[in-house]
Amino acid sequence: MKRSRSQRLRVPAIAVMATAALALAACSSSSGSASGTSSGSSSTAALTASAPGITATTITIGSHQPLTGPAAPGYSEIAPASAAYFAYVNANGGVDGRKIVYKYLDDAYNPTQTASVVRQLVLQDNVYAIFDGLGTPTHLAVESFLNAQKVPDVFVASGCDCWNQPSTDPETFGWQLDYIREGKILGQYIAEHFAGKKIGYFYQDDEFGQDGVKGLDMEIPKSMVVSRQSYVDTNVNIAPQVAALHAAGAQVVVSFSIPAFTALLKLNSLKLGYSPTLVVSSVGSDPITLSGLLESFAKQGGATVNGNQLTAGIITDGYLPTLGDTSNSWIALFKKIHDQYDAKAPFDGNVLYGEAVAYTFVQAMLKAGRNPTRADLVNAINAGLPQGPMVAPYAYSSTDHAGATGAYIGVINNGVLTQEGSVLTTDTTPSGAITTVTATQQPAPASGIPSP
Amino acid sequence: MSTRSPLLRILGAALLGAVIIVILSIKLNTFRDYQIAEIAVYVLAIAGLTVLTGLSGQISLGNGAFMAIGAYTTALLLAHLGWPFVAVLVVAGIVSAAGGVIVGVAAARLRGPYLAGVTLMLGVALPFLAYVYPSTLGGDQGLDVTYTQPAFLGANFPLTRWQAWVSSAVALVVLVLLANLGRSRVGRNWRAVRDDEVAAALAGINVARSRVLAFVVSAACAGLAGALLAIITALVAPGAFTITLSIALLTGAVIGGLGTLLGAIWGSLVIVLVPVYATDVATSHGLSTTVASNIPVAAYGVVLILVMLIFPQGIQGGVLWLLRLFGISAARPSRQASTPDAMPSAGETPARPHEKEGTQ
Repeated sequence: MKRSRSQRLRVPAIAVMATAALALAACSSSSGSASGTSSGSSSTAALTASAPGITATTITIGSHQPLTGPAAPGYSEIAPASAAYFAYVNANGGVDGRKIVYKYLDDAYNPTQTASVVRQLVLQDNVYAIFDGLGTPTHLAVESFLNAQKVPDVFVASGCDCWNQPSTDPETFGWQLDYIREGKILGQYIAEHFAGKKIGYFYQDDEFGQDGVKGLDMEIPKSMVVSRQSYVDTNVNIAPQVAALHAAGAQVVVSFSIPAFTALLKLNSLKLGYSPTLVVSSVGSDPITLSGLLESFAKQGGATVNGNQLTAGIITDGYLPTLGDTSNSWIALFKKIHDQYDAKAPFDGNVLYGEAVAYTFVQAMLKAGRNPTRADLVNAINAGLPQGPMVAPYAYSSTDHAGATGAYIGVINNGVLTQEGSVLTTDTTPSGAITTVTATQQPAPASGIPSP
Repeated sequence: MSTRSPLLRILGAALLGAVIIVILSIKLNTFRDYQIAEIAVYVLAIAGLTVLTGLSGQISLGNGAFMAIGAYTTALLLAHLGWPFVAVLVVAGIVSAAGGVIVGVAAARLRGPYLAGVTLMLGVALPFLAYVYPSTLGGDQGLDVTYTQPAFLGANFPLTRWQAWVSSAVALVVLVLLANLGRSRVGRNWRAVRDDEVAAALAGINVARSRVLAFVVSAACAGLAGALLAIITALVAPGAFTITLSIALLTGAVIGGLGTLLGAIWGSLVIVLVPVYATDVATSHGLSTTVASNIPVAAYGVVLILVMLIFPQGIQGGVLWLLRLFGISAARPSRQASTPDAMPSAGETPARPHEKEGTQ
């Protein structure tokens, strides 16, 4: 009975003010890049309403997020975590004195609703940019619209390679490690560590899973793969796929799945008395989310399990520092902000993600200049960003809109991810080598706010 | 029934609606234009369903699937053949209607919960075809739909306003056709079959044909709605045609008033606008995200319960009741007032909606 169409007719006071102040600007320049001249003027220049969504005091950005529906468990924590980081920045002087207003609307992971809420944000609320729109099928529904409207579409919360098309979609930027690179890094580890074993694939039948498999196949010899099983996220009955993996005798199962389906994979194999080594994409392996899902799914089935016991031994990868590494300055910073502004949520991988991507946005805004146009933001990212909380550098350039380029391999034990070995980096081509990152990561700034 | 010709009155109402929509679309911002287009899509789909359920007494939990047929037909034709949109629209309607024939033939043999089950299956299963044929139907990420406003409007004419006009125009034309159909012999046959199949058969009505025809009309409306949805969202993906869509359509039909075309408009307004207002209220009161994001869903439920409690005949029933309360006879056939809520049902007649004179 719920088909919540999360648009609004009336806008909050702030947005009304912003809209009124910008009415002229928005009308006169139908495209945000009308005056291409960079306005990164001196630090004393007066703050002006330099673009839609920017006033002398605020920067309004929008996003579409699965706050309800099947993708909500776990992922619904991301936007509040980003909002927490923005609240911290706002409380500490804001971005060049402007406060960030972050307006994220529920699309319930339904592309039609995504189309609707993003049009609301762009056409009615006049947001400066769409930030961290979550999901591959959902965001694909608005990518061409945003590029046609010349609205910066930054740091999409999905590792689909499809965000990296600077010639056709110059406004769109990825952020997290893309699934092809991730597949290559996991694939190399498997080929090296499980030589001679039977490998099975379990993946979501969309860009996410297919890109992951593409990467895996670049590294794992075809002869090792005994079974390839896919699922669709609207059908929770994966018993046939798990049975097929079991029957094929797969000793290692690589899973490109969202958390709910990683949990289902684990529970279904338990039922069959089948316990292959699991290698899971970082998308579906956050130990805290996974353990919670395992326990609640088992409870629905009338069983009691210990989530942390079940996640033990899962091999995965990470492109942000591990949560358990409290001595890491980035983890310390994000934990501090989380405890102050978002304490109700558990400090898990989703929260870390939300805060880290918000940090990246502030980095980009500071680089875009004091009175930035929409084009200034895009140009700033095209000129490259420091890697900040990421363990490997970004790929950003005017010809490459992919985000993080590398990750480390990790193992989950006792509900905690531990890094194994060094950070690896690679590209998305079959021949591209996987190399070790030698440079050490810069620590987080003491202020918690990136320097311009 | 009325002193004036019913046809003239229907056309007048449609013209008035068109004028209101054009004025609104120009006065309001481009996002509201998008909402107008969205409402028009729902009006179309719900009008089709209200004819099926309200007039012919058959239930469908799968009309979202017919929308999917229309939408995918549109996406494929625009992408591969580049036909003009009017032609695409007609074909989308015909293809969906063909789907309606197939389902209708099966449905004509089924009653009540069995019919609900079959249509439910259709609604759940059909969108999965997109996963089965990913190279043709685009799989999970769906197909892009490119549709722009005609050149004569100029480059600065907002696309969403054009979409609002196109969608509303199609919706109004279909409403006029349905209103006439409901008053015609076809509509009378539907009502006769709905109320008593045996009596209808004795009176010489081909019961099965009448029931199949209702499915065809309903499917064609849904297909047109799907075609319009494809051009306004610029994307056709299976995620858009889940079972929740089919149920939302039925909800809209019931909430607006089953069997009345004006009810389809009320129902669409509720479906599109209530969650929007609820989100607005929820987020402007500083509630936590987990609470605020679930309020629209809850509000939708509350509205549904309240309408059903206060106006069992839907919003349109409530509006007529209010008009009578203030002594306005609404200059419409006053038969509604005397229609008993529960018609005595003959044996195992399907779960039949409270009947109303259709086509207001």
